[in-house]
Amino acid sequence: MKIVIGQGSCGIAAGAGKVHSALKNIIERENIDVKLGISGCIGMCFVEPIVDIYSDDGRLTRLVNVSEKDAQDIANAVKSGDLATVDRLKISDEDASFLAQQTRVALRHCGVINPEDIGEYVAADGYRALEKALKEMTPEDVIEEIKTSGLKGRGGAGFPTWFKWNAARQAEGGPKYLICNADEGDPGAFMDRAVIEGDPHNLIEGMLIAAYAIGAIEAIVYVRAEYPLAIVRLTRAIEDAKARGFIGDNIMGSGFSCRMRIKAGAGAFVCGEETALIESLQGERGMPRLKPPFPANAGYWYKPSNINNVETFANVPWILLNGGEAFAAMGTPDSKGTKVFALTGKIKRGGLVEIPMGMTLRDVIYKIGGGIRDDKEFKAVQMGGPSGGCIPKALLDTEIDYKKLGETGAIMGSGGMVVMDSSTCMVNMAKFFLEFTTKESCGKCVHCRIGTKRMNEILGRIISGDGRDGDIELLEELCYAIKDSALCGLGQTAPNPVLTTIRYFRDEYEAHIKDKKCPAKECAALLTYSIDREKCVGCGMCAKNCPVSAISGERKSPFTIDPFSCIRCGQCVHSCKFGAVTVE
Amino acid sequence: MGCCCSKNKSDLSLLDDVLAEYRDVDGSLITILQKAQDIYGYLPTDVIYHIAEQIKTTPARVLGVATFYTQFRFTPVGKYLILMCDGTACHVNGSERILSAISEDLGISDGGTTEDGLFSLKTVACLGCCSLSPVMMINGETYGTLTPAKAKSILAELRAKAREE
Repeated sequence: MKIVIGQGSCGIAAGAGKVHSALKNIIERENIDVKLGISGCIGMCFVEPIVDIYSDDGRLTRLVNVSEKDAQDIANAVKSGDLATVDRLKISDEDASFLAQQTRVALRHCGVINPEDIGEYVAADGYRALEKALKEMTPEDVIEEIKTSGLKGRGGAGFPTWFKWNAARQAEGGPKYLICNADEGDPGAFMDRAVIEGDPHNLIEGMLIAAYAIGAIEAIVYVRAEYPLAIVRLTRAIEDAKARGFIGDNIMGSGFSCRMRIKAGAGAFVCGEETALIESLQGERGMPRLKPPFPANAGYWYKPSNINNVETFANVPWILLNGGEAFAAMGTPDSKGTKVFALTGKIKRGGLVEIPMGMTLRDVIYKIGGGIRDDKEFKAVQMGGPSGGCIPKALLDTEIDYKKLGETGAIMGSGGMVVMDSSTCMVNMAKFFLEFTTKESCGKCVHCRIGTKRMNEILGRIISGDGRDGDIELLEELCYAIKDSALCGLGQTAPNPVLTTIRYFRDEYEAHIKDKKCPAKECAALLTYSIDREKCVGCGMCAKNCPVSAISGERKSPFTIDPFSCIRCGQCVHSCKFGAVTVE
Repeated sequence: MGCCCSKNKSDLSLLDDVLAEYRDVDGSLITILQKAQDIYGYLPTDVIYHIAEQIKTTPARVLGVATFYTQFRFTPVGKYLILMCDGTACHVNGSERILSAISEDLGISDGGTTEDGLFSLKTVACLGCCSLSPVMMINGETYGTLTPAKAKSILAELRAKAREE
């Protein structure tokens, strides 16, 4: 028997590390004949920590929401071979359907194999695609196979991968470089982290195949510094791959040589833009360059370079092993294959979701995600982070496809999918993203630097009740000015959250500006707290909890709130057991 | 940023190994700064001047790069560095309430350090643990599904732990 405990960053945060050490202690103490291993994130974050028990015939029993207290019971069950004793921890069929409804290509090994053991990766057909490329295919054949697959860049822009590879292959001069963009900066997205933590060799193999296709001598992974565990696992994976001769000189006797190294980012969202990333790799401020020349001709050290996102590379070994046609058979005419999403927000079952392109947003949110938490009403789903937009309820049947999502005003993006319910204010949401882009604008282009700041100020006055007639139009004007004049993707897409919320939730903006009301009851400055005299029993809990003593009254008779002292913190609402505090 | 004559005296020899390895490697400035911050906990002024001199560039360029990236700090941080996530998922799930509870408990705002040097507070864009939101990370350890009360009790635990040490 074998026990595997999911140990991604989020699993560890949920307590997987403690479960692991508790089990390890018991197994050693009682000398139980079982192998204890780890895996990366399987993506079912809503039931972490997860313990998988594989019987000798390969049958899987999955235990969920496990705590250290359960360790003894699990050890006993494994020892006796009677897993029925831990039935209470077994995953429900409903929760298991979260995974059963997915199609996993990029994530195929995540949560299954041990990311720290190259042997397990090799046993799972690892590095066979690289071998096939090096021994049976020319670089042109590899590019052709990727072209057949229809793979597009998974980082956001959705540019055909083969085209970029081919441009770098054809570019004159050298040496050539291959760069992996693992600077996953979109708040609300963690797909790339899961791939690196859960299946680092898959990324390495995909990168090596790409390096062979374009003729690169060095491959560099630019990873966010906020992902310490990903850096540790990838560093180890690179060392192990070197030791086995998959990285270095004359790989597998093919005559192809390639080095690989990691560069830790230093925290700047704009470095997700490829030319800014290159500047940062060169040790400079991460400010975008003017294109053309494109990185394919003048990238890292102004040499031909190719940059792809983690998920893009993670698809490559599968495509080579199964054929480009098998990949292209999944998805829609415009978008082939699968896409990974980080499903979060007000969702019942949040986590990593990989689905074939063409599935509707409704199916992802309701069938896989199980619907909205606390059965509240769905309001919108935010896709593509600060560069993307909010898609409203009326468009829930939109298919997931680069083109169709683009038509809604949002973008496919790198895969952040944040679900919002009726309690989320869309104006406040737009301001949240604007604040982020204002902070992260590198300052090179005037419209992006100053325009986002002005927009942020306008949104600020709208949510604090000082909105003016004409503010919506002014916002739109600024949006288009920034879009038209920004040099890089950050500025060109920064207005998207504002434009889509104005497009679909204009009435909310108007309610803030004209009626001075926040329909979602989120914007504190626009709320009025009062106590319902019928419901109030006069217990005084609200007055006790009010931090500014704005509530007064005699015990056993209704209390009142002084609207002038009230700071609208909402403490009274939370402290009232009788639902007597109303918010308008 | 103070001027160089304020002379904070850091032990510059601690950087010797790092400089020996990266001094002549093009494009290594960010790596050097990251390693310097690992050593000193922040980037003291004299260290910045020393790096500039060693890699034969101006302190202005070194500072220009250092101030561009959010990772670099120019003042010492507390024993416990609290990274409060304000990513989209955390925001939607109420990270602002957690942040104000922590600020209130510690008496510092975002970017500040407590007088006893125990805690520093910083908001970050996303820690990537969105399914456990709201989340904070303290010295590399992640704490998820926070409530204002839970956050305060975590701080109290750390305070007690520090007192024992």
